[in-house]
Amino acid sequence: MTDASFPLSLPSGAEDRFAAAPRGYWHTVGRRLRYDYVTLFFLLVVGLIALAAILAPLVAPFDPNKTSMLYRLKPIGYRGFLLGTDELGRDMLSRLIWGGRMSLTMGLTPVAIATSIGGFLGVVAGFAGGWVNMLVMRTMDVFYAFPSVLLAVAISGTMGGGVANGLVALTLVFIPPLCRVSEAATTQIRTRDFVEAARASGASTLSIIFYHVLRNIMAPVFIYASSLISVSILLAAGLSFLGLGVEPPTADWGLMLSTLRQSIYVQPLICALPGVAIFIASLSFNLVSDGLRQAMDIRV
Amino acid sequence: MWLYAARRILLAIPIAVGVTVICFGLVYLAPGDPVQTLLPPDASQADVAYLKQVYGFDKPVPVQYLKWLGRAVSGDLGTSIQTNRPVLLEVTRALSHTLIVSIGAVLVAFPLAIALGTLAAFHIGRGLDRVATGISVVGVSVPNYWLGIVLVIIFAVQLRALPATGMGPEGSDSFDVTRWSQLKYAVLPVITTATVPLGIIMRSTRAAVAEILSQDFVQTLNAKGLGRIAVLRHAVRNALPQMLAVMGLQFGYLVGGSILIETIFTWPGTGFLMSKAILTRDIPLLQGTMLVLALCFVAINLTVDLLQTTIDPRIKRG
Repeated sequence: MTDASFPLSLPSGAEDRFAAAPRGYWHTVGRRLRYDYVTLFFLLVVGLIALAAILAPLVAPFDPNKTSMLYRLKPIGYRGFLLGTDELGRDMLSRLIWGGRMSLTMGLTPVAIATSIGGFLGVVAGFAGGWVNMLVMRTMDVFYAFPSVLLAVAISGTMGGGVANGLVALTLVFIPPLCRVSEAATTQIRTRDFVEAARASGASTLSIIFYHVLRNIMAPVFIYASSLISVSILLAAGLSFLGLGVEPPTADWGLMLSTLRQSIYVQPLICALPGVAIFIASLSFNLVSDGLRQAMDIRV
Repeated sequence: MWLYAARRILLAIPIAVGVTVICFGLVYLAPGDPVQTLLPPDASQADVAYLKQVYGFDKPVPVQYLKWLGRAVSGDLGTSIQTNRPVLLEVTRALSHTLIVSIGAVLVAFPLAIALGTLAAFHIGRGLDRVATGISVVGVSVPNYWLGIVLVIIFAVQLRALPATGMGPEGSDSFDVTRWSQLKYAVLPVITTATVPLGIIMRSTRAAVAEILSQDFVQTLNAKGLGRIAVLRHAVRNALPQMLAVMGLQFGYLVGGSILIETIFTWPGTGFLMSKAILTRDIPLLQGTMLVLALCFVAINLTVDLLQTTIDPRIKRG
């Protein structure tokens, strides 16, 4: 049977009868975003934080690790120290900028790695079904039986702290939820007619996974992962705050919050600054993720 | 209903077994020889040999696990390296302290969140909804360990109205809720703990109630002229099972994830115990605390699940 025996093309001139071509999906998403000023604003904030972190060596006014006995715990605006100095006389603004570099890395890396591992496991479990699905998903259920803070602290605590162990712990925390989302999306796609059609037309399993499944689960998995970034930043800074992540003298928001705690009686305002940075970063990522989810019309 | 309950309880057993496997595996995550991590650094050669023999470290790993599980089930979670007291004793005492703060936070956050979330759902898109949504986003995004420090700066350092740390005057051991002199120590920890569940429950209440309000039967209620309060009662009653699940999960997180807040307020609960255990590399204590907390979490979730089926006859799962 050839295509010619099955005429699908419209009679000439029929296209003109459609008043306007239906808009594409991404076009609609873009339109929605353009009028969502809250999301746009916080997208700008995220961009600025990221830019400051990337360009830290260029934009930081002072060396973040240069201590000074003379200028310890100076108030905001003291002699060129725009945001004052910390307990060792280091410039707060420079440390906050460099700290953002560390905190963002600590927050984004686990989500990125967990998205690839969890996403992969979810696709395998969802597509294979049967006992493979059972094995993968029940294992994830066990990790779900730990509150995330508890799991992250226990793993990195037992392994002895440090940046690398902290990253491993956080990644392990985020794999199960991402695996669950990707499994649910894959299972849903797998039974759809177009997958059946592709299979009937002789497409191999691998090409079905790469072409049909991956393309369709990308959006929900990506949106869900973006909502985890804020949690990850909070948790990573929390680990450093407990002394389980970044080690001194490296600048990191969580660690700065912890070391400045001793000085709340001297300079309460300065001591609160690293927390403000964590708060702004986490709030911005949260709102951007919410905005994207709404614009893309995805329910996770 | 009973069949479902039995099934659900049976399904929780493999999860609980998995939890014990992970807690058992923790000893192997620690750098160095597992026997050394379970003993104080200055343990004698005889002690090492004794422990090896009793704990079965000379046997294959599955046998070790079964031996450990057998002891754990009978209530023997090992001995703390630092205090030399049974781990179970330390954990249960700390757990009672953690529950004071968690239950306090539940009493503060849950009613407030449900009230604000419901109000927001009734005014979707209007000013009140925006304020409520804003509060919930801030509640979810704020690093609560930082909020704790800010509250200490304001109420303990500047105003000197509330104590900054500890659970009571001069190392008092029992907690008396009826006396303000004791209760005031819990105020700041409770408020700090309440922020995250407040945000999350408010958000899900708003979504759940708004979903109910968009259903046809609500239109019927409105059409037949039912008052706002009566409509609200219908909406909340229908949204309750869904909200219950979120609330149970949040309560579990409060009990299990108390480490940061308890570290800030030196509140002698399970989180504080854990950070002490990590600092002193007291692996048996860390392992025991984690096991008890995770099992509590499983038990809370199971209870909520069963409660949900009791209050919502529509759920006939299984």
